[in-house]
Amino acid sequence: MTERLHDITVSVNGEEIRERVDARKTLVDFLREELGLTGSHVGCEHGVCGACTVRVDGAVVRGCLMLAVQCDGARIETIEGVADTGEIADLQRAFVERNALQCGYCTPGMLLTAQELLRNRDVPSREQIRVHLSGNYCRCTGYQAIIDAIEAVAQARAGQKR
Amino acid sequence: MKITDDSPPLLSALDRPNSYIGRSVPRPNLARLTQGRAQFVSDVTLPRMAHVAFVRSPHAHARIETIATAAARKAPGVIAVVTGAELAKVITPWVGVLTHLKGIKSAPQHAIAIERARWQGEAVCAVVARSRAEAEDACELVEVSYGPLPAVTDAETALDPGTPVIHPELGDNLTFERVHVAADPDKGFANADTVVETTFIFGRHTGVTNEPRAIVADWNAGDERLTVYHGTQAPHMMQNLFAKHLGLAEHQVRVVTKDVGGSFGIKVHTYADEMATVALSKLLKRPIKFVADRIESFVTDIHARDHRVRAKIGVKNDGTITAWEIDDLTGIGPYSVYPRTSGIEANQIVNLTGGPYTCPNYRARARVVFQNKNVMCQYRAVGHPIATAVTEGLVELAAARIGMDPLEIRRRNLIPDDAHPSSGPSGIKFEALSHHEALAHLDAMMNYAGLRAEQKSLRARGIHRGLGFASFIEVTNPSAAFYGVGGAKISAQDGVTIKLDAQGAIICQTGVTEQGQGAEAVIAQVAATSFGVPIERVRVITGDTDHTPYGGGTWASRAAGIGGEAAWQAGKALRTNVLACAASILQAKPEQLDIRAGVVVDRDSGTERLALDELARIAYFRPDTLPPGFQAELMATRHYVPRAWPFAFTNGIQASYLEVDIDSGFVTLLKHWCIEDCGTVINPQLVDEQIRGGVVQGIGGALFEHCIYDGRGQLLNGNMADYLVPMAAEMPDIEVGHVVTPTADSELGAKGAGEAGTAGAPGAVMNAINDALRPLGARPLTEMPFTPQRILQALGRI
Repeated sequence: MTERLHDITVSVNGEEIRERVDARKTLVDFLREELGLTGSHVGCEHGVCGACTVRVDGAVVRGCLMLAVQCDGARIETIEGVADTGEIADLQRAFVERNALQCGYCTPGMLLTAQELLRNRDVPSREQIRVHLSGNYCRCTGYQAIIDAIEAVAQARAGQKR
Repeated sequence: MKITDDSPPLLSALDRPNSYIGRSVPRPNLARLTQGRAQFVSDVTLPRMAHVAFVRSPHAHARIETIATAAARKAPGVIAVVTGAELAKVITPWVGVLTHLKGIKSAPQHAIAIERARWQGEAVCAVVARSRAEAEDACELVEVSYGPLPAVTDAETALDPGTPVIHPELGDNLTFERVHVAADPDKGFANADTVVETTFIFGRHTGVTNEPRAIVADWNAGDERLTVYHGTQAPHMMQNLFAKHLGLAEHQVRVVTKDVGGSFGIKVHTYADEMATVALSKLLKRPIKFVADRIESFVTDIHARDHRVRAKIGVKNDGTITAWEIDDLTGIGPYSVYPRTSGIEANQIVNLTGGPYTCPNYRARARVVFQNKNVMCQYRAVGHPIATAVTEGLVELAAARIGMDPLEIRRRNLIPDDAHPSSGPSGIKFEALSHHEALAHLDAMMNYAGLRAEQKSLRARGIHRGLGFASFIEVTNPSAAFYGVGGAKISAQDGVTIKLDAQGAIICQTGVTEQGQGAEAVIAQVAATSFGVPIERVRVITGDTDHTPYGGGTWASRAAGIGGEAAWQAGKALRTNVLACAASILQAKPEQLDIRAGVVVDRDSGTERLALDELARIAYFRPDTLPPGFQAELMATRHYVPRAWPFAFTNGIQASYLEVDIDSGFVTLLKHWCIEDCGTVINPQLVDEQIRGGVVQGIGGALFEHCIYDGRGQLLNGNMADYLVPMAAEMPDIEVGHVVTPTADSELGAKGAGEAGTAGAPGAVMNAINDALRPLGARPLTEMPFTPQRILQALGRI
């Protein structure tokens, strides 16, 4: 059984973590079960719903499609860390004001995915926002409030008034 | 009472100074959800906690001959391997029937199947291990020998003499049948100029909550108490059921519900694997966690909407509807689900069909049959999407047949706004509805005439757009008539306890629950208004049977209307108590005082008299300074249940505007509108978001969602790659408007809004597709979901 276990060193939300992980353990299970970072959620377990979205070396990835062992040496950021740095404070505020979440289970993934879009574009159209979120499932809102919130932040960041 | 924009302001009991009623106050509990600091049940871990995984039947129907567990017991991390027979020593089986559904029958269902598995996915053995992964590993080592039996999968033949009976002791596969005849349907059809007859088919679909079902059960043998962390909509109902089937008193069971990752009616039922989890905790005397994985969710979360409705409408050439007839058949799996039963959806279809209209001539039959598929039960808008699509589909088919505009035929048949109280063809009672005002509002909001002109001009260019409508009614604020009278221990009443804390803030505890719809915000708004404090000084506690008044939870659009009224009354009661204390301190008369913005003031002048923190300081820490014989009571509880009407029916109308690509069969949703009347609107943003989310859930059933079974009872698409759900890119913007007709049953006047969107959307989308394709000679589409394949077939292209 020993060949199943691997030592990894990762940076998680700025903290260096050294852990021995089972080769089959997904990144999201590692974050939730080993590190107690339960802000990343498990929804579909095969890369469709986006509830497990995290950032690895700055890129948004599906925590259920990546293994923890693949992250050796990587810089991982979860919703807890990104929330603490204040990087998405305006998005979080907009989601609250616009009620862009109901049960909130998809929200960490929505926020990180929205931030990815807003970091790479000036002011996306509603259509572009919808397409960018097309891998993030929300059963509660019907999406419109989420689109509204992201659009408002995009405009505010670009210095425009809504 | 109607409140419209141009009427003079009416002063009511709700017009308190600094009222939060009618304001879009942000929900108080959202920040943690945006920071990854929520606490969903799937996040819960406890000391000594073990995980359970289930071996599930791969057969839709089979004898369980032997279960060999020795290898699994020796696997790494395994704590116990438990069969159905072993677990039955700890937990008793249940039967999902209600006495007010006359004749409904079902068979005892066990937490883990014994002797026979009756659907693909039914648990046949449990493995408890240190981790979920180890439990799943060991499940693969459990060897079950099955003797496959013929599977009953087609509802149409379930009652045939040659079809095997799933529960031989019940005699046949009929769960429930209801026949209803009102007025004179034969005469109605005889008087019609045209009779339109068709068959509507609704695909089986399911809730797909983003967080799957999750439960952590912790039997503490020292306390002799069971604490269950449960993602549920009805904590007190579950407390009763866990206690009853484990042989405990209810006070020995505490159900704690924190954040729940989506419910929609999925999480308001008894699930065998959850009952097994609590029983395993009792058996093993340690916390046990079960979280359904996505595949388990698809084969065990209740399904809904699998109905075939033969339907008929009679209409005169002037548009008058003369008669309705429906024959509904639904297959609900091998058990009627406990405790709400699986007869309710069919029963609702009989109740609701034709409901918005004046035509009284109605014949209905609904039959509910057993089959070897996953169980079906109540899911958001129970029965409404089907009754609405059938009714509205018939109305628009009839309108097309006689060449009448679809809004005009509705104007000629909808129950007039001034005709209330009234009743529907099934006998359901309406206190006050506003169909015509809603229709007029919709007509203007969507610019109907303009869209018709656009449709016409685009049609000439080969672009095929359609407009479809659905008037609807919605059951909300249920009284005991829904479940209590049938013998289910599901509370129709709900309560709110409000206390003043030692710094002048108020704490509300309530039996209604937060599923994300905003119940906590609504309770806070109402309590802040009726008591008189800024909303920042209100904290709401929900979801804990040890610490909330007994109540029903969240279902049937009841939390705001029923819980809200309890909060209103509790706030008033606490205000009276606090003013008595203030009067005692100030040596004033209570009736000369009021509480506004968190301060005791002179009622007439508004002059500040006493801050609440000062009042609390005196009452709690220096009661010795109060007059002899005066005892401050700074906590009050009030309960509420609707009594004047069995249900507070709401109404509304939806419209869908879409484009059909006649080469690919793809439907592009361009826009959706909903006008609804939920009475007093406590929080406009939350109501609108309930409507939008509900509409999209309804669209899912109309266009995408379908649990596809083969003839052997195998679910073919039980994962989120193959089972399609609405995603952001395909959904339209949805415009929402309101008519306000408060219920006089409560002071608050609020009715529910949680299911209106889901009720109307499928019918509106169906009608819009048919409107788009009608000039092309397409056969009307009446089988949901409306996939590209079905659209191309209707067009005769494949």
